Amino acid sequence: MDKYNLFEKILLYSGILLFMTFILLPFVEMFYASLRPLDHLFRSPYQFFSDDLSFWAYGEMWNTVPMLGRYIFNSFYLASCVTIITILFVIPAAYSYARFNFPGKNSSLYLLLAINMFSGAVLLIPLYKLLRTLGLLNSYQAMIVPGVAFLIPTSIWLLKSYFEKIPIDLEEAAFVDGASRLQILRHIITPLSTPGLVVVSLYIFIGAYAQQFLFAITFNSKKEYMPIPAGLYEFIGYQTIKWNEMMAASLVGIAPVLIIFIFLQKYLVEGLTAGAVKN
Amino acid sequence: MNTRFKSFNSPTVLAYALIAPAAIYILAIVAWPLVETIRLSFTNSSLAGEDYIGLENYEKMLGSKKFNKIVIRTFIWMFLSVSLKLIVGLIGAVLLNAKLPGRGMFRVLIMPPWVVPIAIGMLGWLWLYNGYFGIIAGVGMKTGILDGPFGFLAYKQSAFISTIIADVWVGTPMVTIFFLAAMQGVPKDLYEAAYCDGASRWHRFFKITLPQITPVIITMALLSAIWTFNSFEIIWILTEGGPRGATTTLIIDTYKMALGNYKFGKGAARAVVVMILLTIFAAFYMAILLKINKKVSSG
Repeated sequence: MDKYNLFEKILLYSGILLFMTFILLPFVEMFYASLRPLDHLFRSPYQFFSDDLSFWAYGEMWNTVPMLGRYIFNSFYLASCVTIITILFVIPAAYSYARFNFPGKNSSLYLLLAINMFSGAVLLIPLYKLLRTLGLLNSYQAMIVPGVAFLIPTSIWLLKSYFEKIPIDLEEAAFVDGASRLQILRHIITPLSTPGLVVVSLYIFIGAYAQQFLFAITFNSKKEYMPIPAGLYEFIGYQTIKWNEMMAASLVGIAPVLIIFIFLQKYLVEGLTAGAVKN
Repeated sequence: MNTRFKSFNSPTVLAYALIAPAAIYILAIVAWPLVETIRLSFTNSSLAGEDYIGLENYEKMLGSKKFNKIVIRTFIWMFLSVSLKLIVGLIGAVLLNAKLPGRGMFRVLIMPPWVVPIAIGMLGWLWLYNGYFGIIAGVGMKTGILDGPFGFLAYKQSAFISTIIADVWVGTPMVTIFFLAAMQGVPKDLYEAAYCDGASRWHRFFKITLPQITPVIITMALLSAIWTFNSFEIIWILTEGGPRGATTTLIIDTYKMALGNYKFGKGAARAVVVMILLTIFAAFYMAILLKINKKVSSG
Protein backbone atom coordinates (compact mmCIF):
# COMPACT_ATOMS: atom_id res chain seq x y z
CA MET A 1 0.00 0.00 0.00
CA ASP A 2 1.07 3.56 -0.52
CA LYS A 3 2.88 5.49 2.17
CA TYR A 4 1.95 8.97 3.34
CA ASN A 5 4.06 11.75 1.92
CA LEU A 6 5.38 14.53 4.12
CA PHE A 7 2.50 16.89 3.36
CA GLU A 8 -0.07 14.24 4.23
CA LYS A 9 1.76 13.39 7.43
CA ILE A 10 1.76 17.02 8.54
CA LEU A 11 -1.93 17.27 7.70
CA LEU A 12 -2.78 14.10 9.62
CA TYR A 13 -0.75 15.04 12.68
CA SER A 14 -2.25 18.53 12.77
CA GLY A 15 -5.68 16.94 12.62
CA ILE A 16 -4.78 14.56 15.44
CA LEU A 17 -3.40 17.45 17.47
CA LEU A 18 -6.63 19.40 17.07
CA PHE A 19 -8.74 16.38 17.94
CA MET A 20 -6.65 15.53 21.01
CA THR A 21 -6.79 19.15 22.14
CA PHE A 22 -10.58 19.02 22.19
CA ILE A 23 -10.55 15.74 24.13
CA LEU A 24 -7.79 16.52 26.60
CA LEU A 25 -8.00 20.28 27.09
CA PRO A 26 -10.35 20.05 30.10
CA PHE A 27 -8.00 17.65 31.87
CA VAL A 28 -4.88 19.60 31.05
CA GLU A 29 -6.49 22.85 32.13
CA MET A 30 -7.86 21.24 35.31
CA PHE A 31 -4.37 20.03 36.20
CA TYR A 32 -2.74 23.33 35.30
CA ALA A 33 -5.30 25.28 37.34
CA SER A 34 -4.73 22.96 40.31
CA LEU A 35 -1.05 23.90 40.33
CA ARG A 36 -1.48 27.67 40.15
CA PRO A 37 -1.95 30.11 43.00
CA LEU A 38 -5.45 31.50 43.32
CA ASP A 39 -4.54 35.11 42.53
CA HIS A 40 -3.08 33.96 39.21
CA LEU A 41 -6.33 32.23 38.35
CA PHE A 42 -8.44 35.21 39.24
CA ARG A 43 -7.09 37.44 36.52
CA SER A 44 -9.06 38.58 33.56
CA PRO A 45 -8.28 38.14 30.76
CA TYR A 46 -6.85 34.69 31.29
CA GLN A 47 -3.17 34.62 32.09
CA PHE A 48 -1.37 31.80 30.32
CA PHE A 49 1.80 31.56 32.36
CA SER A 50 2.45 31.22 36.04
CA ASP A 51 5.96 31.00 37.41
CA ASP A 52 5.16 29.65 40.85
CA LEU A 53 3.44 26.34 40.22
CA SER A 54 3.06 24.11 43.24
CA PHE A 55 1.03 21.27 44.72
CA TRP A 56 -0.14 23.61 47.48
CA ALA A 57 -3.82 23.21 46.52
CA TYR A 58 -3.57 19.44 47.00
CA GLY A 59 -2.76 20.01 50.66
CA GLU A 60 -5.08 22.92 51.26
CA MET A 61 -8.16 21.31 49.71
CA TRP A 62 -8.60 19.02 52.73
CA ASN A 63 -9.23 22.13 54.86
CA THR A 64 -11.43 23.91 52.35
CA VAL A 65 -13.57 20.83 51.72
CA PRO A 66 -13.57 19.41 55.23
CA MET A 67 -15.31 16.17 54.34
CA LEU A 68 -13.30 15.43 51.20
CA GLY A 69 -11.75 12.31 52.72
CA ARG A 70 -15.18 11.04 53.64
CA TYR A 71 -16.49 11.75 50.11
CA ILE A 72 -13.64 9.79 48.58
CA PHE A 73 -14.25 6.92 50.97
CA ASN A 74 -17.98 7.00 50.18
CA SER A 75 -17.32 6.86 46.45
CA PHE A 76 -15.11 3.82 46.89
CA TYR A 77 -17.44 2.18 49.33
CA LEU A 78 -20.52 2.68 47.13
CA ALA A 79 -18.75 1.54 43.97
CA SER A 80 -17.33 -1.53 45.73
CA CYS A 81 -20.70 -2.58 47.17
CA VAL A 82 -22.40 -2.10 43.81
CA THR A 83 -19.66 -4.11 42.09
CA ILE A 84 -19.84 -7.05 44.48
CA ILE A 85 -23.62 -7.27 44.47
CA THR A 86 -23.82 -6.88 40.70
CA ILE A 87 -21.23 -9.57 40.02
CA LEU A 88 -23.06 -12.00 42.32
CA PHE A 89 -26.24 -11.52 40.30
CA VAL A 90 -24.43 -11.61 36.99
CA ILE A 91 -22.25 -14.73 37.27
CA PRO A 92 -25.09 -17.28 37.35
CA ALA A 93 -27.18 -15.40 34.80
CA ALA A 94 -24.32 -14.96 32.33
CA TYR A 95 -23.37 -18.61 32.71
CA SER A 96 -26.92 -19.65 31.99
CA TYR A 97 -27.05 -17.52 28.86
CA ALA A 98 -23.69 -18.83 27.69
CA ARG A 99 -24.41 -22.52 28.15
CA PHE A 100 -28.11 -23.30 27.95
CA ASN A 101 -30.78 -23.07 25.34
CA PHE A 102 -34.18 -22.26 26.67
CA PRO A 103 -37.36 -20.62 25.47
CA GLY A 104 -37.15 -16.85 25.62
CA LYS A 105 -33.35 -16.76 25.66
CA ASN A 106 -32.78 -14.41 22.75
CA SER A 107 -35.71 -12.15 23.41
CA SER A 108 -34.73 -11.70 27.05
CA LEU A 109 -31.16 -10.91 26.01
CA TYR A 110 -32.40 -8.14 23.77
CA LEU A 111 -34.74 -6.97 26.49
CA LEU A 112 -31.67 -6.53 28.68
CA LEU A 113 -30.12 -4.30 26.02
CA ALA A 114 -33.34 -2.30 25.91
CA ILE A 115 -33.18 -1.70 29.67
CA ASN A 116 -29.87 0.06 29.13
CA MET A 117 -31.71 2.65 27.15
CA PHE A 118 -33.85 3.83 30.02
CA SER A 119 -31.70 6.02 32.12
CA GLY A 120 -32.26 6.28 35.81
CA ALA A 121 -33.90 9.65 35.39
CA VAL A 122 -37.15 8.17 34.04
CA LEU A 123 -37.53 5.72 36.90
CA LEU A 124 -36.63 8.02 39.74
CA ILE A 125 -40.16 8.91 40.82
CA PRO A 126 -41.37 5.45 41.91
CA LEU A 127 -37.92 4.62 43.27
CA TYR A 128 -37.95 7.80 45.33
CA LYS A 129 -41.38 6.97 46.71
CA LEU A 130 -40.38 3.38 47.39
CA LEU A 131 -37.18 4.32 49.18
CA ARG A 132 -39.10 6.93 51.18
CA THR A 133 -41.71 4.40 52.23
CA LEU A 134 -39.02 1.93 53.24
CA GLY A 135 -37.21 4.64 55.16
CA LEU A 136 -34.11 4.14 53.05
CA LEU A 137 -33.68 7.72 51.81
CA ASN A 138 -30.43 9.30 52.94
CA SER A 139 -28.51 6.05 53.32
CA TYR A 140 -25.89 4.12 51.38
CA GLN A 141 -28.55 1.61 50.33
CA ALA A 142 -30.52 4.32 48.56
CA MET A 143 -27.63 4.74 46.13
CA ILE A 144 -26.58 1.09 45.94
CA VAL A 145 -29.96 -0.48 45.13
CA PRO A 146 -30.67 1.47 41.90
CA GLY A 147 -26.99 1.45 40.98
CA VAL A 148 -26.91 -2.34 40.79
CA ALA A 149 -29.97 -2.58 38.55
CA PHE A 150 -28.51 -0.41 35.83
CA LEU A 151 -25.23 -2.31 35.65
CA ILE A 152 -26.66 -5.83 35.49
CA PRO A 153 -27.68 -5.81 31.78
CA THR A 154 -24.36 -4.81 30.19
CA SER A 155 -22.44 -6.96 32.65
CA ILE A 156 -24.46 -10.03 31.68
CA TRP A 157 -23.64 -9.42 28.02
CA LEU A 158 -19.95 -8.92 28.74
CA LEU A 159 -19.51 -11.91 31.03
CA LYS A 160 -21.57 -14.14 28.77
CA SER A 161 -19.08 -13.59 25.96
CA TYR A 162 -16.21 -14.53 28.31
CA PHE A 163 -17.98 -17.71 29.41
CA GLU A 164 -18.61 -18.66 25.80
CA LYS A 165 -14.87 -18.72 25.18
CA ILE A 166 -14.34 -21.51 27.72
CA PRO A 167 -14.38 -24.88 25.92
CA ILE A 168 -17.50 -26.85 26.76
CA ASP A 169 -15.57 -30.20 26.68
CA LEU A 170 -14.13 -29.55 30.12
CA GLU A 171 -17.56 -29.21 31.63
CA GLU A 172 -18.88 -32.24 29.82
CA ALA A 173 -15.99 -34.33 31.12
CA ALA A 174 -16.67 -33.21 34.69
CA PHE A 175 -20.36 -33.85 34.21
CA VAL A 176 -19.70 -37.41 33.02
CA ASP A 177 -17.49 -37.87 36.10
CA GLY A 178 -20.53 -37.07 38.22
CA ALA A 179 -19.93 -33.43 39.13
CA SER A 180 -23.07 -31.39 39.71
CA ARG A 181 -23.89 -28.24 37.81
CA LEU A 182 -23.07 -26.04 40.75
CA GLN A 183 -19.79 -27.84 41.35
CA ILE A 184 -18.91 -27.24 37.71
CA LEU A 185 -19.71 -23.57 38.06
CA ARG A 186 -17.62 -23.27 41.20
CA HIS A 187 -14.64 -25.45 40.41
CA ILE A 188 -14.26 -25.23 36.65
CA ILE A 189 -15.95 -22.18 35.24
CA THR A 190 -15.15 -19.62 37.90
CA PRO A 191 -11.39 -20.26 38.07
CA LEU A 192 -11.09 -20.51 34.28
CA SER A 193 -12.94 -17.30 33.76
CA THR A 194 -11.04 -15.35 36.41
CA PRO A 195 -9.44 -12.97 33.90
CA GLY A 196 -12.86 -12.30 32.41
CA LEU A 197 -14.39 -11.86 35.84
CA VAL A 198 -11.71 -9.37 36.81
CA VAL A 199 -12.25 -7.32 33.67
CA VAL A 200 -16.03 -7.34 34.02
CA SER A 201 -15.77 -6.45 37.72
CA LEU A 202 -13.54 -3.50 36.95
CA TYR A 203 -15.88 -2.45 34.19
CA ILE A 204 -18.72 -2.53 36.72
CA PHE A 205 -16.59 -0.60 39.19
CA ILE A 206 -15.92 2.17 36.68
CA GLY A 207 -19.62 2.28 35.82
CA ALA A 208 -20.63 2.28 39.47
CA TYR A 209 -18.16 5.03 40.26
CA ALA A 210 -19.35 7.11 37.31
CA GLN A 211 -23.11 6.86 37.87
CA GLN A 212 -23.16 7.97 41.50
CA PHE A 213 -24.09 11.59 40.94
CA LEU A 214 -27.74 11.27 39.91
CA PHE A 215 -28.67 8.78 42.62
CA ALA A 216 -26.74 10.74 45.20
CA ILE A 217 -28.39 14.11 44.57
CA THR A 218 -31.83 12.49 44.35
CA PHE A 219 -31.88 9.95 47.13
CA ASN A 220 -29.41 11.33 49.62
CA SER A 221 -29.03 14.70 51.26
CA LYS A 222 -26.77 13.66 54.13
CA LYS A 223 -23.21 14.86 53.78
CA GLU A 224 -21.73 11.85 55.50
CA TYR A 225 -22.97 9.52 52.73
CA MET A 226 -22.17 11.71 49.74
CA PRO A 227 -19.88 10.39 47.00
CA ILE A 228 -17.27 12.76 45.67
CA PRO A 229 -19.08 14.13 42.56
CA ALA A 230 -22.11 15.14 44.65
CA GLY A 231 -19.94 16.48 47.46
CA LEU A 232 -17.93 18.70 45.15
CA TYR A 233 -21.01 19.82 43.24
CA GLU A 234 -22.72 20.95 46.41
CA PHE A 235 -19.61 22.85 47.32
CA ILE A 236 -19.65 24.82 44.08
CA GLY A 237 -22.97 26.42 44.89
CA TYR A 238 -21.94 27.86 48.22
CA GLN A 239 -19.23 30.46 48.03
CA THR A 240 -16.59 31.97 45.79
CA ILE A 241 -14.99 28.89 44.41
CA LYS A 242 -11.34 28.29 45.12
CA TRP A 243 -10.82 26.88 41.65
CA ASN A 244 -7.31 25.55 42.19
CA GLU A 245 -8.44 23.45 45.13
CA MET A 246 -11.67 22.45 43.40
CA MET A 247 -9.74 21.23 40.37
CA ALA A 248 -7.24 19.41 42.58
CA ALA A 249 -10.06 17.65 44.41
CA SER A 250 -11.75 16.80 41.10
CA LEU A 251 -8.57 15.24 39.78
CA VAL A 252 -8.21 13.20 42.96
CA GLY A 253 -11.79 12.04 42.36
CA ILE A 254 -10.98 11.06 38.78
CA ALA A 255 -7.68 9.33 39.55
CA PRO A 256 -8.98 5.88 40.65
CA VAL A 257 -10.94 5.22 37.47
CA LEU A 258 -8.17 6.59 35.28
CA ILE A 259 -5.66 4.25 36.91
CA ILE A 260 -7.93 1.24 36.43
CA PHE A 261 -8.53 2.29 32.88
CA ILE A 262 -4.86 2.62 32.00
CA PHE A 263 -4.22 -0.97 33.07
CA LEU A 264 -7.27 -2.40 31.38
CA GLN A 265 -7.91 -0.17 28.40
CA LYS A 266 -7.34 -2.91 25.84
CA TYR A 267 -9.81 -5.35 27.39
CA LEU A 268 -12.42 -2.75 28.21
CA VAL A 269 -12.52 -1.31 24.73
CA GLU A 270 -12.63 -4.77 23.15
CA GLY A 271 -15.41 -5.93 25.42
CA LEU A 272 -17.52 -2.86 24.88
CA THR A 273 -17.33 -2.77 21.12
CA ALA A 274 -18.19 -6.48 21.06
CA GLY A 275 -21.27 -5.99 23.19
CA ALA A 276 -23.10 -3.19 21.47
CA VAL A 277 -22.68 -3.60 17.75
CA LYS A 278 -22.15 -7.23 16.92
CA ASN A 279 -23.44 -10.29 18.60
CA MET B 1 -25.05 -38.81 21.93
CA ASN B 2 -26.01 -40.71 25.05
CA THR B 3 -28.80 -39.67 27.38
CA ARG B 4 -26.51 -38.10 29.94
CA PHE B 5 -25.21 -35.66 27.39
CA LYS B 6 -28.67 -34.85 26.20
CA SER B 7 -29.63 -33.94 29.73
CA PHE B 8 -26.44 -31.88 29.93
CA ASN B 9 -27.73 -29.61 27.22
CA SER B 10 -31.34 -29.19 28.22
CA PRO B 11 -31.86 -28.54 31.92
CA THR B 12 -34.23 -25.68 31.30
CA VAL B 13 -35.27 -25.38 34.92
CA LEU B 14 -31.69 -24.86 36.05
CA ALA B 15 -31.18 -22.30 33.30
CA TYR B 16 -34.12 -20.27 34.56
CA ALA B 17 -33.09 -20.70 38.17
CA LEU B 18 -29.66 -19.22 37.44
CA ILE B 19 -31.19 -16.22 35.73
CA ALA B 20 -33.95 -15.74 38.29
CA PRO B 21 -32.07 -13.58 40.85
CA ALA B 22 -30.95 -11.07 38.24
CA ALA B 23 -34.34 -11.14 36.52
CA ILE B 24 -36.27 -10.57 39.73
CA TYR B 25 -33.97 -7.74 40.72
CA ILE B 26 -34.44 -6.00 37.37
CA LEU B 27 -38.19 -6.57 37.48
CA ALA B 28 -38.32 -4.90 40.90
CA ILE B 29 -36.01 -1.95 40.24
CA VAL B 30 -36.61 -1.27 36.55
CA ALA B 31 -39.80 -2.91 35.31
CA TRP B 32 -42.00 -2.13 38.31
CA PRO B 33 -41.02 1.57 38.35
CA LEU B 34 -41.85 1.77 34.63
CA VAL B 35 -45.36 0.49 35.27
CA GLU B 36 -45.72 2.53 38.44
CA THR B 37 -44.69 5.68 36.59
CA ILE B 38 -47.51 5.13 34.11
CA ARG B 39 -49.98 4.68 36.98
CA LEU B 40 -48.73 7.77 38.79
CA SER B 41 -49.15 9.85 35.65
CA PHE B 42 -52.93 9.51 36.08
CA THR B 43 -52.81 10.82 39.64
CA ASN B 44 -52.00 14.10 41.38
CA SER B 45 -49.45 12.30 43.54
CA SER B 46 -47.29 14.50 45.73
CA LEU B 47 -45.70 14.28 49.16
CA ALA B 48 -49.20 14.86 50.61
CA GLY B 49 -50.82 11.83 48.98
CA GLU B 50 -52.50 10.96 45.72
CA ASP B 51 -55.87 10.87 43.97
CA TYR B 52 -56.83 9.52 40.59
CA ILE B 53 -57.37 12.45 38.25
CA GLY B 54 -57.56 10.74 34.86
CA LEU B 55 -55.93 12.53 31.96
CA GLU B 56 -55.64 15.91 33.63
CA ASN B 57 -51.82 15.84 33.83
CA TYR B 58 -51.57 15.00 30.15
CA GLU B 59 -54.14 17.61 29.11
CA LYS B 60 -52.35 20.34 31.02
CA MET B 61 -48.94 19.23 29.83
CA LEU B 62 -49.79 18.91 26.15
CA GLY B 63 -51.79 22.12 26.23
CA SER B 64 -48.94 24.16 27.65
CA LYS B 65 -46.79 26.14 25.24
CA LYS B 66 -43.85 25.78 27.58
CA PHE B 67 -43.93 21.99 27.34
CA ASN B 68 -44.14 22.01 23.56
CA LYS B 69 -41.16 24.31 23.47
CA ILE B 70 -39.25 21.93 25.72
CA VAL B 71 -39.96 18.99 23.41
CA ILE B 72 -38.79 20.93 20.35
CA ARG B 73 -35.73 22.16 22.23
CA THR B 74 -34.90 18.60 23.31
CA PHE B 75 -34.94 17.41 19.71
CA ILE B 76 -32.82 20.29 18.45
CA TRP B 77 -30.34 19.76 21.27
CA MET B 78 -30.23 16.04 20.57
CA PHE B 79 -29.98 16.43 16.80
CA LEU B 80 -27.11 18.92 16.99
CA SER B 81 -25.25 16.91 19.60
CA VAL B 82 -25.61 13.56 17.82
CA SER B 83 -24.63 15.03 14.44
CA LEU B 84 -21.54 16.63 15.93
CA LYS B 85 -20.60 13.43 17.74
CA LEU B 86 -20.86 11.43 14.52
CA ILE B 87 -18.92 13.97 12.45
CA VAL B 88 -16.18 14.54 15.03
CA GLY B 89 -16.08 10.81 15.80
CA LEU B 90 -15.75 9.90 12.12
CA ILE B 91 -12.98 12.43 11.56
CA GLY B 92 -11.25 11.20 14.72
CA ALA B 93 -11.52 7.58 13.63
CA VAL B 94 -10.08 8.35 10.19
CA LEU B 95 -7.18 10.24 11.78
CA LEU B 96 -6.44 7.50 14.31
CA ASN B 97 -6.83 4.77 11.71
CA ALA B 98 -3.92 6.17 9.65
CA LYS B 99 -0.82 4.03 10.04
CA LEU B 100 1.33 6.59 11.81
CA PRO B 101 3.76 6.31 14.71
CA GLY B 102 2.03 7.00 18.03
CA ARG B 103 -1.40 5.89 16.93
CA GLY B 104 -1.70 3.28 19.69
CA MET B 105 -1.03 5.96 22.28
CA PHE B 106 -3.55 8.38 20.76
CA ARG B 107 -6.22 5.70 20.85
CA VAL B 108 -5.77 5.35 24.59
CA LEU B 109 -5.62 9.10 25.13
CA ILE B 110 -9.03 9.75 23.62
CA MET B 111 -10.84 7.61 26.18
CA PRO B 112 -10.69 9.68 29.41
CA PRO B 113 -13.82 11.80 28.79
CA TRP B 114 -15.80 8.60 28.59
CA VAL B 115 -14.12 6.88 31.56
CA VAL B 116 -14.23 9.59 34.19
CA PRO B 117 -17.47 10.38 36.02
CA ILE B 118 -19.38 12.85 33.86
CA ALA B 119 -20.20 14.95 36.92
CA ILE B 120 -16.53 15.55 37.67
CA GLY B 121 -15.66 16.20 34.02
CA MET B 122 -18.33 18.90 34.06
CA LEU B 123 -16.67 20.62 37.02
CA GLY B 124 -13.70 21.04 34.67
CA TRP B 125 -15.95 22.45 31.95
CA LEU B 126 -17.46 24.89 34.43
CA TRP B 127 -13.99 26.29 34.89
CA LEU B 128 -13.29 26.36 31.14
CA TYR B 129 -16.55 28.22 30.52
CA ASN B 130 -15.94 30.76 33.29
CA GLY B 131 -16.61 34.14 31.72
CA TYR B 132 -13.90 36.13 33.50
CA PHE B 133 -11.11 33.70 34.26
CA GLY B 134 -11.71 30.72 31.98
CA ILE B 135 -9.34 29.80 29.18
CA ILE B 136 -11.98 29.95 26.43
CA ALA B 137 -13.04 33.49 27.32
CA GLY B 138 -9.35 34.29 27.73
CA VAL B 139 -8.40 33.12 24.25
CA GLY B 140 -11.46 34.91 22.90
CA MET B 141 -10.41 38.19 24.50
CA LYS B 142 -6.75 37.91 23.50
CA THR B 143 -7.62 37.18 19.87
CA GLY B 144 -10.22 39.92 19.82
CA ILE B 145 -13.16 37.62 19.14
CA LEU B 146 -14.63 38.74 22.45
CA ASP B 147 -14.36 42.36 23.51
CA GLY B 148 -14.67 41.57 27.20
CA PRO B 149 -15.55 38.88 29.68
CA PHE B 150 -18.26 36.56 28.41
CA GLY B 151 -20.18 34.09 30.58
CA PHE B 152 -20.81 31.23 28.19
CA LEU B 153 -23.39 29.70 30.49
CA ALA B 154 -25.14 32.97 31.32
CA TYR B 155 -26.85 33.67 27.99
CA LYS B 156 -29.55 31.59 26.37
CA GLN B 157 -27.94 30.79 23.06
CA SER B 158 -24.38 30.41 24.24
CA ALA B 159 -25.49 28.19 27.13
CA PHE B 160 -27.42 26.01 24.68
CA ILE B 161 -24.35 25.61 22.48
CA SER B 162 -21.97 25.22 25.42
CA THR B 163 -23.94 22.32 26.87
CA ILE B 164 -24.00 20.66 23.46
CA ILE B 165 -20.23 20.97 23.14
CA ALA B 166 -19.73 19.44 26.57
CA ASP B 167 -22.08 16.61 25.61
CA VAL B 168 -20.15 16.03 22.38
CA TRP B 169 -16.97 15.91 24.44
CA VAL B 170 -18.42 13.15 26.62
CA GLY B 171 -19.86 11.13 23.73
CA THR B 172 -17.16 11.42 21.09
CA PRO B 173 -14.66 8.87 22.50
CA MET B 174 -17.21 6.06 22.39
CA VAL B 175 -18.28 6.93 18.84
CA THR B 176 -14.66 7.17 17.69
CA ILE B 177 -13.78 3.79 19.19
CA PHE B 178 -16.74 2.09 17.54
CA PHE B 179 -15.93 3.63 14.16
CA LEU B 180 -12.28 2.62 14.52
CA ALA B 181 -13.27 -0.96 15.33
CA ALA B 182 -15.57 -0.99 12.30
CA MET B 183 -12.86 0.40 10.01
CA GLN B 184 -10.49 -2.29 11.15
CA GLY B 185 -13.09 -4.90 10.28
CA VAL B 186 -13.17 -3.86 6.62
CA PRO B 187 -11.48 -6.64 4.59
CA LYS B 188 -7.95 -5.59 3.60
CA ASP B 189 -8.15 -7.09 0.12
CA LEU B 190 -10.82 -4.57 -0.85
CA TYR B 191 -8.29 -1.80 -0.31
CA GLU B 192 -5.50 -3.67 -2.02
CA ALA B 193 -7.61 -4.30 -5.10
CA ALA B 194 -8.66 -0.66 -5.24
CA TYR B 195 -5.06 0.45 -4.75
CA CYS B 196 -3.92 -1.73 -7.65
CA ASP B 197 -6.63 -0.13 -9.78
CA GLY B 198 -5.11 3.24 -8.95
CA ALA B 199 -7.94 4.54 -6.74
CA SER B 200 -6.98 7.59 -4.68
CA ARG B 201 -7.20 7.76 -0.91
CA TRP B 202 -10.37 9.86 -1.08
CA HIS B 203 -11.88 7.49 -3.55
CA ARG B 204 -11.08 4.49 -1.36
CA PHE B 205 -12.58 6.19 1.67
CA PHE B 206 -15.85 7.09 -0.04
CA LYS B 207 -16.22 3.93 -2.14
CA ILE B 208 -14.98 1.32 0.35
CA THR B 209 -14.65 2.52 3.95
CA LEU B 210 -17.80 4.56 4.19
CA PRO B 211 -20.20 2.00 2.63
CA GLN B 212 -18.60 -0.80 4.65
CA ILE B 213 -19.04 0.93 7.99
CA THR B 214 -22.48 2.40 7.26
CA PRO B 215 -24.27 -0.18 9.46
CA VAL B 216 -22.10 0.86 12.40
CA ILE B 217 -22.69 4.54 11.68
CA ILE B 218 -26.45 3.98 11.74
CA THR B 219 -26.22 1.93 14.93
CA MET B 220 -24.10 4.57 16.61
CA ALA B 221 -26.44 7.33 15.47
CA LEU B 222 -29.32 5.61 17.23
CA LEU B 223 -27.32 4.67 20.31
CA SER B 224 -25.99 8.22 20.65
CA ALA B 225 -29.48 9.57 20.15
CA ILE B 226 -30.67 7.46 23.07
CA TRP B 227 -27.74 8.44 25.29
CA THR B 228 -28.03 12.10 24.36
CA PHE B 229 -31.75 12.10 24.96
CA ASN B 230 -31.08 10.71 28.43
CA SER B 231 -28.29 13.16 29.13
CA PHE B 232 -28.91 14.67 32.53
CA GLU B 233 -25.74 15.37 34.48
CA ILE B 234 -24.12 17.54 31.83
CA ILE B 235 -26.92 20.07 31.67
CA TRP B 236 -27.71 19.81 35.37
CA ILE B 237 -24.20 20.69 36.49
CA LEU B 238 -23.48 23.32 33.86
CA THR B 239 -26.77 25.23 33.90
CA GLU B 240 -29.48 23.34 35.85
CA GLY B 241 -31.60 23.89 32.74
CA GLY B 242 -31.14 27.64 32.67
CA PRO B 243 -30.65 30.47 31.96
CA ARG B 244 -34.41 31.05 31.89
CA GLY B 245 -35.07 27.51 30.71
CA ALA B 246 -32.80 27.76 27.65
CA THR B 247 -31.23 24.35 28.30
CA THR B 248 -34.22 22.64 29.87
CA THR B 249 -34.66 19.39 27.98
CA LEU B 250 -37.36 16.80 28.64
CA ILE B 251 -35.23 14.91 31.12
CA ILE B 252 -34.34 18.06 33.05
CA ASP B 253 -37.97 19.20 33.03
CA THR B 254 -39.13 15.80 34.28
CA TYR B 255 -36.58 15.82 37.05
CA LYS B 256 -37.39 19.36 38.15
CA MET B 257 -41.11 18.73 38.19
CA ALA B 258 -40.92 15.42 40.00
CA LEU B 259 -38.00 15.79 42.38
CA GLY B 260 -37.48 19.53 42.55
CA ASN B 261 -41.13 20.37 43.20
CA TYR B 262 -42.26 16.91 44.39
CA LYS B 263 -45.15 16.93 41.90
CA PHE B 264 -44.86 13.20 41.28
CA GLY B 265 -48.01 12.95 39.13
CA LYS B 266 -47.06 15.75 36.75
CA GLY B 267 -43.49 14.52 36.66
CA ALA B 268 -44.69 11.00 35.88
CA ALA B 269 -46.69 12.26 32.88
CA ARG B 270 -43.49 13.79 31.52
CA ALA B 271 -41.57 10.60 32.27
CA VAL B 272 -44.15 8.66 30.26
CA VAL B 273 -43.49 10.92 27.26
CA VAL B 274 -39.78 10.24 27.69
CA MET B 275 -40.48 6.51 27.90
CA ILE B 276 -42.56 6.50 24.72
CA LEU B 277 -39.90 8.37 22.77
CA LEU B 278 -37.14 6.13 24.12
CA THR B 279 -39.15 3.05 23.19
CA ILE B 280 -39.39 4.31 19.62
CA PHE B 281 -35.62 4.87 19.44
CA ALA B 282 -34.97 1.51 21.07
CA ALA B 283 -37.28 -0.27 18.61
CA PHE B 284 -35.37 1.23 15.68
CA TYR B 285 -32.08 0.27 17.27
CA MET B 286 -33.17 -3.31 17.91
CA ALA B 287 -34.58 -3.70 14.41
CA ILE B 288 -31.33 -2.51 12.87
CA LEU B 289 -29.23 -4.62 15.22
CA LEU B 290 -31.22 -7.74 14.34
CA LYS B 291 -30.91 -6.97 10.65
CA ILE B 292 -27.15 -6.50 10.89
CA ASN B 293 -26.70 -9.66 12.92
CA LYS B 294 -28.75 -11.64 10.41
CA LYS B 295 -26.57 -10.35 7.59
CA VAL B 296 -23.42 -11.22 9.53
CA SER B 297 -24.55 -14.74 10.36
CA SER B 298 -25.86 -15.50 6.85
CA GLY B 299 -23.01 -13.86 4.94
